[in-house]
Amino acid sequence: MDKFVRLEGLVAPLDRSNVDTDAIIPKQFLKSIKRSGFGPNAFDEWRYMDVGQPGQDNSQRPKNPNFVLNQPRYQGAEVLLTRANFGCGSSREHAPWALLDFGFKAIIAESFADIFFNNCFKNGILPIMLPAAEIEVLFQQVEATPGYKLVVDLPAQAVVRPDGHAIPFQVDAFRKECLINGWDDIGLTLRHADKIKAFEEKRRVEQPWLFAQ
Amino acid sequence: MSKTLYDKLWENHVVHQEADGTALLYIDRHLVHEVTSPQAFEGLKLAGRKPWRVSSIVSTPDHNTPTDHWDEGIKDPISRLQVETLDANIREVGALAYFPFKDPRMGILHVVGPENGATLPGMTVVCGDSHTSTHGAFACLAHGIGTSEVEHVMATQCLVQKKSKTMLIAVEGKLGKGVTAKDVALAIIGAIGTAGGTGYAIEFGGSAIRSLSMEGRMTLCNMAIEGGARMGFVAVDDTTINYLNGRPFSPQGETWDKAVAYWRTLHSDPGAQFDRVVTLKAEDIRPQVTWGTSPEMVVGIDAVVPDPAKEADPVKREGMERALQYMGLNPNTPIQNIAIDKVFIGSCTNSRIEDLRQAAAVLKGRHVAANVKLALAVPGSGLVKRQAEEEGLDKVFVAAGFEWREPGCSMCLAMNADRLEPGERCASTSNRNFEGRQGPGGRTHLVSPAMAAAAAIAGRFADVRDVL
Repeated sequence: MDKFVRLEGLVAPLDRSNVDTDAIIPKQFLKSIKRSGFGPNAFDEWRYMDVGQPGQDNSQRPKNPNFVLNQPRYQGAEVLLTRANFGCGSSREHAPWALLDFGFKAIIAESFADIFFNNCFKNGILPIMLPAAEIEVLFQQVEATPGYKLVVDLPAQAVVRPDGHAIPFQVDAFRKECLINGWDDIGLTLRHADKIKAFEEKRRVEQPWLFAQ
Repeated sequence: MSKTLYDKLWENHVVHQEADGTALLYIDRHLVHEVTSPQAFEGLKLAGRKPWRVSSIVSTPDHNTPTDHWDEGIKDPISRLQVETLDANIREVGALAYFPFKDPRMGILHVVGPENGATLPGMTVVCGDSHTSTHGAFACLAHGIGTSEVEHVMATQCLVQKKSKTMLIAVEGKLGKGVTAKDVALAIIGAIGTAGGTGYAIEFGGSAIRSLSMEGRMTLCNMAIEGGARMGFVAVDDTTINYLNGRPFSPQGETWDKAVAYWRTLHSDPGAQFDRVVTLKAEDIRPQVTWGTSPEMVVGIDAVVPDPAKEADPVKREGMERALQYMGLNPNTPIQNIAIDKVFIGSCTNSRIEDLRQAAAVLKGRHVAANVKLALAVPGSGLVKRQAEEEGLDKVFVAAGFEWREPGCSMCLAMNADRLEPGERCASTSNRNFEGRQGPGGRTHLVSPAMAAAAAIAGRFADVRDVL
């Protein structure tokens, strides 16, 4: 996993609540057995005028000019700004894979769905929850300022606007460490392998019905 | 100190806990399907890791498999490759049980696990699928995980977790005629909103919940995720234990007795404290129909489509307007005036035998309306299908003009060939009415199986209480 420490990135606004993972990456693309290559199909139904299929040359497809991420001013965006309950619905990790592949490294929202939120951290994406009032100001500033960038400083736990205003955010200490160091969860857990084995053996004796072969 | 059911389930699985509360939780049951597992198996292989305990794995393909012409196999080559990849991965590592494509016990994982007794009270159950909350019906700590966590569970038999807040949703009283667990689930989501349960583990209680069958409880817990909660569960009682007795992977003899004694402790103690309590009166719940593109956009069958002009919050208002535009609906239209094109009875929410019986009871001696282009009945598993056929339900469906299909996820998420065409409107017993969920441009209205059957006959939404 890539490390996430500090990012100064162009911001793209997606002004909707309840953006679900079906919208982020539609089902037909989940048939892939790979982890990469989902970026061109992120938000597929909103982004293109036709119905996308896996394996297509997406550069030849008609784009929806009204969809915000198709606007030239947001090309190369690395920070996604959105509203409440982002990433609700299906647990598909293809959603964060698609967003990352598209170029987003941080997502700022009023709130996130739990499973999506968790999946972001496993892929080096930082999901940031900010109060609705701060989000509203950010939407106004992004709209009014072409080339609007935000600094996302994970060690300092702050989002810094171009006018210098710093907005603090909360992040779980363990997840922060993992992101800053790019740590692999599995490696960390396996440091406790002896404890897991001991727990399992005790369980096998006390609740043998859990261990049907 | 009085403990909640969640406290008990949590404490029973903590392998290790850090000072900040981050814990390693032991995972008892890992359900694996074809869509969210290939990258996890590949990750294991690349890292040179072996699965920790393959006897925790129960697996079947379900998302991609066709529901008709099984003799022709899986025609879509990309879907076929994904299913074959699961075959190869399970063949290589092993599992407690694997039901490959066309196996008599194949089906939707959340139907297959419980009916085989592979979901037992007190277990932690995970799967790369958000509807894993279904298994909470058995007082399990059951929730969906992403593919990285699928790999993590395979490699370590654990998950890194922090304790959730707790919410009790109590539904008290007696459900009216024609009002089912699906209506209860939708009414709850309507009350708390799709983000209402975010950060919470929900316990469903109250006399109306206790009177539900296991299948009803599965329907309810299945949709906890639609209320934002990764998990929802119901305490163990006689209904739970009676359901499990004699299932293939249920314990037997002395082990059964010992297990039952433990299972009987799986309830919240009197006086246990919850972070939030929501109470609903069963008598207030009417058959529900969603009108928008989020499960919280739901009303009773006797209501009208809500008017965004009456919504004060500008973000919500815009969401409603966008939903109505996508759904092709006007504010204040009576729900019963909305005509439908297709009907889907199936999915991990509503494809079990009782669901099929409820639909068949409405369909018997009647026929699907002329404006309904397609009505699908898709049993949740091979075993459900066989039982339904033994009861003659398939004949009721077919006589009414339904297609009687092979088991699978089917048109709930339309990864296979079963889908809506752009603009088509569907009465669906599934769980999500998101834009494009049942096919690009498709319009989904979530309802119970009995309500889907009533809509099929009327060709528009109709109050099932009038036809029962």
